[in-house]
Amino acid sequence: MKSAKSTIKHHKTSWLVRCHVDAILLIGLIALTGVGLITLYSAAGQDIAQMERQLTRLGVSFLVMLGLAQLPIMFIRRLSPVSFGVGVLMLVAVIFFGDMGKGAQRWLDLQFIRFQPSEMMKLAVPMMVAWYISKFTLPPRTLHIIGAFLLVVFPTILIAKQPDLGTSLLVASSGIFAIFLAGMSWRLIMLVAGLMGAFLPVMWYFLMKEYQKQRVLTFLNPESDPLGSGYHIIQSKIAIGSGGLEGKGWLQGTQSQLEFLPERHTDFIFAVFSEEFGLLGVLGLLAIYLFIICRGLIIANRAQDAYSKLLAGSITLTFFVYVFVNMGMVSGLLPVVGVPLPLVSFGGTSMVTLMAGFGMLMRIATQQRFLTR
Amino acid sequence: MVRKRQHIRDHTAESNLFARRAAIALLIVVGMLAVVISNLYRLQVNQFEDYQTRSNGNRIKVVPIAPNRGLIYDRNGVLLAENRPVFSLEVIPEKVEDLEDTLQKLTTLMQLTPEELTNFTKNSQGKRRFKPVALRTQLTEYEVARFSAQQHLFTGVSIEARLSRHYPYGDTLTHILGYVAKINKKDLQKIVEAGQEANYAATHDIGKLGIEKYHEDKLHGEVGYQQVEVNSQGRIIRILHVDPPTPGKDIVLNVDLQMQIAVQKTLQDQRGTVVVSDPRTGGLLAMYSNPSYDPNLFVHGISQKNYSALLNSPDRPLINRATQGQYPPASTIKPHLALLGLDSDTISTSYTINDTGRFRLPNVSHVWRDWKRWGHGKVDVAKAIEVSCDTYYYDLAYKLGIDKISAAMSEFGFGDYTGIDLYEESDGNMPSRGWKRARFNQPWYIGDTIPVGIGQSFWTATPIQLNQSINTLINRGKRYVPQLMRGYMQDNGEVELESLKTLRPYQIKQQKNWDIVLDAMWKVVNGEEGTARHAFDDVGYVSAGKTGTAQLFSVGQNESYNADEVAEHLRDNAMYVGFAPFEDPQVSVTVVIENAGGGSSNAAPVARQVMDFYFDHMASDLSSVQSQEMM
Repeated sequence: MKSAKSTIKHHKTSWLVRCHVDAILLIGLIALTGVGLITLYSAAGQDIAQMERQLTRLGVSFLVMLGLAQLPIMFIRRLSPVSFGVGVLMLVAVIFFGDMGKGAQRWLDLQFIRFQPSEMMKLAVPMMVAWYISKFTLPPRTLHIIGAFLLVVFPTILIAKQPDLGTSLLVASSGIFAIFLAGMSWRLIMLVAGLMGAFLPVMWYFLMKEYQKQRVLTFLNPESDPLGSGYHIIQSKIAIGSGGLEGKGWLQGTQSQLEFLPERHTDFIFAVFSEEFGLLGVLGLLAIYLFIICRGLIIANRAQDAYSKLLAGSITLTFFVYVFVNMGMVSGLLPVVGVPLPLVSFGGTSMVTLMAGFGMLMRIATQQRFLTR
Repeated sequence: MVRKRQHIRDHTAESNLFARRAAIALLIVVGMLAVVISNLYRLQVNQFEDYQTRSNGNRIKVVPIAPNRGLIYDRNGVLLAENRPVFSLEVIPEKVEDLEDTLQKLTTLMQLTPEELTNFTKNSQGKRRFKPVALRTQLTEYEVARFSAQQHLFTGVSIEARLSRHYPYGDTLTHILGYVAKINKKDLQKIVEAGQEANYAATHDIGKLGIEKYHEDKLHGEVGYQQVEVNSQGRIIRILHVDPPTPGKDIVLNVDLQMQIAVQKTLQDQRGTVVVSDPRTGGLLAMYSNPSYDPNLFVHGISQKNYSALLNSPDRPLINRATQGQYPPASTIKPHLALLGLDSDTISTSYTINDTGRFRLPNVSHVWRDWKRWGHGKVDVAKAIEVSCDTYYYDLAYKLGIDKISAAMSEFGFGDYTGIDLYEESDGNMPSRGWKRARFNQPWYIGDTIPVGIGQSFWTATPIQLNQSINTLINRGKRYVPQLMRGYMQDNGEVELESLKTLRPYQIKQQKNWDIVLDAMWKVVNGEEGTARHAFDDVGYVSAGKTGTAQLFSVGQNESYNADEVAEHLRDNAMYVGFAPFEDPQVSVTVVIENAGGGSSNAAPVARQVMDFYFDHMASDLSSVQSQEMM
């Protein structure tokens, strides 16, 4: 009886597992992209063409996820130093040959495809750090931690100089999460935190561009320039606040439908969601995010080898950084740094990267199951 | 040994370490989410009302709607000032696919001038693309028809109608109605001072002159509002609520259009003015000042060339002579002075003088002459009016003295505004000792008093003042304010009459003195020697009046006045004041014609034509209306 039950269960999951798909994570991702599409329909002014483009991207992203899930973790692990090296080389190449776009030099034109190397680094950095740290036993020694930090800092600075504050923030945190999860001692964490604090003024005076400084200043006091740079934040807060507990209803958000809200289908889509679905809707959305994050951490925890653990944990926590930074900046908690709301905001590159990460996560999840069986 | 142990992986220890770190990370994640949620709670729950208000402030705009201006009718309900739709050709750039091509096609169809095209380009710059831009304003009916037939070929181009003031009778009523024109800076300042900014928020035009200006507050109406939802570019998405405007009140004038036209005709091309009133009410049946001009020129902005022409014309068309023209009243005020003389017992009906054509003061060499060189012989008060004997009035003025004259004539209204419902009014001048001291810093000489007896010597009066003063004589002291406005037109076509405005009456001691003076005025028209008897030969009604001839040119002591030798603008003004029927006066006519010569031969005939018109066309129906009014 017992064995029959387990056979049925085993039979039911085997097809997905054989394709290296984690059903629970997939449910979370589908729920999230579904909510995202519904919100985008409203935010993009019911523009079917926009929806089609987003659906195409989603399709491509899911394919990328499935594709990456087919690669054995050992292969990915072996690929880590290579992809990191290539990534850094391309970042350097961007400095010399990069295309300008929206005032920043981020794009590399490879004739057949325009490519953003910084996007690739969101995965290459945690892969590299995990690869580096997992070569040694955990917790890592101070020397290795310094080595790992160097691996993080170098590409981060290259990206921050482009300038792309949002991506550099995500790249840095992805690496740092790997180091943290590896068991970096609390004393060292304190020390690094202190050094980071000291680094802030350096960043302000030497690394940040004028428009980035402006964003920070505006964040500190948005009402100082209500029609200029403070406009985004003020309108965004009005949208969120006027949504109230229950929201104005789908397609009924006046701030978004009447175009008072800027960037409403990209970085500020969370304001649209909050206006139309209210605090209750936001709690639902956060529940989906938390569900995905929990699942990611469980997968990481169940992973058999250190590399998989660190990579899975880092990918999951970086995903959370997207959520936190985006919601923080849209609701006025953080300065506007150009981080999309993951899998909800309109836009291609970050979505592909995110889903590629989830592909690796799924491989880690399913690989572990093979082994346990 | 220690080193070696490090190389041996303790998977359980590492797993535990990772699990601890992952748990801590999850705690941090949950903690940060709590921060996000508490911030959202603050925005969406605590500050909800504040943000809701700001959100509505973003999207809801209140757009004022201009009220329709009240219409102006004559006393018989003929429309004198109307709101006519004017059509303009407008383009909404956003809706036009190929602007270049459309403009080219329109140029062919509507014969647009290069100037109109440059204006269009200029006007469309800096404007939202969904806001209409005018290509041509004031389209003719032909142009409207021509475009309408081709409308389907021009998406984004349309003909828009707006109400604009029009005065169908042109220059006939200009000095009464005035006109409206675009609100300028000065008007705006006045509107702000009156606290009327909100009320004028959507209004284009404002009364600049005449009734349009005087009764602006009634004609304008109350602004309406519509609450609209707009998007961030200000485009109206939908209308949420409409508070319709209250149109201005429709005004009915006492003026009779046919009478006004008749008056205009009688004046022909002479500079002058005719005031026709109903002495029973003070209502003005006609008031025309010649030359006049077309008020419609001003409504859409008059060209500099046209305006300079009006402004610099030696005939001064912009002046309303009836209320702003200040003329020496000359002999027309002899009845008033006679009344004063009689009632102050300075003279009596039996008092006579022997007029030799010359008047002298004791011990003064200056001689004042009568208009009749050899004089009128023995003259009493009645004859002095009938023949307009100057010498008699030199004597009377001398006997009365300037103080009595000035005080009494001021009570008649001279030297003061009549209170007519026009802002364009002058007060004239009733000279006195105090006035001369203030004006010239000179004492009043006895020699100044003598010509006051014949309405000269600093004494000036407006024709409306003269008309009012004659009505005071007719009404035996009862004084009315001359009124252009009769009342308001109500929805059912009835007129809601304005109450009559009266002034402090002119009081005398002995009522029979009124009759003495009025009878003498009857003689002016009907007497053997009456100065207006020729003008009123064979009339079908009984009238009374007084002629006047105002000198504008001082003739030297021993010279004689010869009209042909005097420059045209220094020739005498011809004047006449009269009323009819004598027993029950219904119409009071005042005529002043500039530089025309003697009043009896130049002004009295005009007055007769006006009275003839009145009795031929209006007397019967007017009296029936009037009797209703009295009830």
